[in-house]
Amino acid sequence: MTLGLSLGVVVGYLVVALALGLIAYRVSETTAEDYYLASRSIGTLVLLFTTFATLLSAFTFFGGPNLAYAAGPEWLVVMGTLDGVLFAVLWYVIGYKQWLIGSRNGYVTLGEMLGDRFGSTGLRALVAGVSLLWLFPYVMLQQMGAGEALVGLTDGVVPYWGGAALITAFMILYVTVAGLRGVAWTDTLQGLFMLSIVWVAAAWVLSAVGGVGAATGAMLEARPEFGSFGGGTYTPGFIISTAITIAFGVTMFPQINQRFFVAKSAATLKRSFALWPVLVLLLFLPAFMLGAWAAGMPIEVPEGANVLPVVLNEYAPAWFAALVIAGAMAAMMSSSDSMLLSGSSYFTRDLYRPLVDADASERREAWIARIGVAAFATLAFVASLFRPGTLIEVGDTAFSGFALLALPVICALYWPRTTRTGMVAGIAVPQAAYLLVVLSSVLPLVPTLPRTVFGGWDVALGLMVLSGALTVGVSLVTAPTADGDASRFAVVSD
Amino acid sequence: MTRSRSDLVWIPTFATLVAFAVPWPLWGVDRVVAGLPVWIWWHVAWLGLCATLFSLFVRSGAWERGMGREGAAAAERGGGGR
Repeated sequence: MTLGLSLGVVVGYLVVALALGLIAYRVSETTAEDYYLASRSIGTLVLLFTTFATLLSAFTFFGGPNLAYAAGPEWLVVMGTLDGVLFAVLWYVIGYKQWLIGSRNGYVTLGEMLGDRFGSTGLRALVAGVSLLWLFPYVMLQQMGAGEALVGLTDGVVPYWGGAALITAFMILYVTVAGLRGVAWTDTLQGLFMLSIVWVAAAWVLSAVGGVGAATGAMLEARPEFGSFGGGTYTPGFIISTAITIAFGVTMFPQINQRFFVAKSAATLKRSFALWPVLVLLLFLPAFMLGAWAAGMPIEVPEGANVLPVVLNEYAPAWFAALVIAGAMAAMMSSSDSMLLSGSSYFTRDLYRPLVDADASERREAWIARIGVAAFATLAFVASLFRPGTLIEVGDTAFSGFALLALPVICALYWPRTTRTGMVAGIAVPQAAYLLVVLSSVLPLVPTLPRTVFGGWDVALGLMVLSGALTVGVSLVTAPTADGDASRFAVVSD
Repeated sequence: MTRSRSDLVWIPTFATLVAFAVPWPLWGVDRVVAGLPVWIWWHVAWLGLCATLFSLFVRSGAWERGMGREGAAAAERGGGGR
């Protein structure tokens, strides 16, 4: 009975989201700009929540509380710093400039923007290729999260692969039908939903254990080190490199980066920017503190399980636990549908059209996009079945890969002297080095290269510095190519 | 021109906001205040401060001037957006 109820709540939620997508589909036009960017017509509330919901995924909803449970509540500060503050500042530095030149020149993807500026199809394809490469583990992360969520909710009756398959099927269906308008609308629903549900969850659990003071007291009794800031996993190196690589990585995430193009007006972008830190705090505080408080609760968290569903199963009624899982599924879907949609725009516009068939009709391109989405999601699903790491590990790998794009892009946006060769060197070399580090931990052939050095400093941070240095250095010693046009990125005062 | 020079204040302001979103001065401090470790309160207050200063930044017009859009910045100062 309870099992049926729980599954009913989750599936019911998915159906509501799908219905909303179908309504959006009905008001959509059949142009690429509408499908990928909702014709640049997104207002403040929807922009705020679509960015919010897109950004927050299985990584936040399950990975975050898990880490807080295992290592202490400092994760709140790490994520708050990178998402709430650093990302907001980058939103201004990268996002606004992209919006200005994007709406003037009609860009849809990051690769398109850079390719046009430097007059290079190769650079365009390189950016798209790198983005799709790192998008893959992140889509996989959502499927892993959904699989684990349903196992936790149903006590193992629904197997891990079943949960992962459910979300995969749903995502494919959704993205191939709805386009960005549908994604943005459901994101708004999903963002509001997860925000309210996580507060109700915190209130419910806290009232059951006797309030905030009692929960913190029990946590400190079980893990005294959780009370003081820093220590253990949280070395300054870990905090700084995680915050920097993730925040910069996020801005280069296709689905987030494309959000920089969709705002209706500058005022929309600005309002969202100012509200951002508060919104981030409102979600992270209850979610991560629940994870940390769980350390003091008399619960058993099985190996490989997520802590949040275990806590809820203990302290909240089954239907409510199911609602929270639905909220978490919402977080994962709202991220992965956007990822797949952005991924398909990168694939069709930056790889397929320029390299394979320049004269493809809109209709053909639309089909290629949809087939691409289905293939990509299915491959990620298969990979997710192998569970190559924890949610945080898989997520962090993807973030760092994207972060290596950020400095060359900032150079291109602000420094007219940047050359094509500088861009290619600044992107390709650090990417190759980082890929080697990541692959060395998976492939048995080569000795494992360390991911962190000197007590928690991420290798990716060093590679970010390298990418910036290479872009600037190589640009200084090479001449701009005739096809490049720095004025494409000039901001006009109107 | 003087407006642009005063806009430069935002650079150290943003740097400070980013740097101290992590409560470094409370490293190792374990006092509990109102049910939560005191460094969590620091972080909560800090993000509130960030939102406040961000909206001041938006309203000041420095955003547009920083991007080289003098005209839009002036319009913003005069008309308070659109």
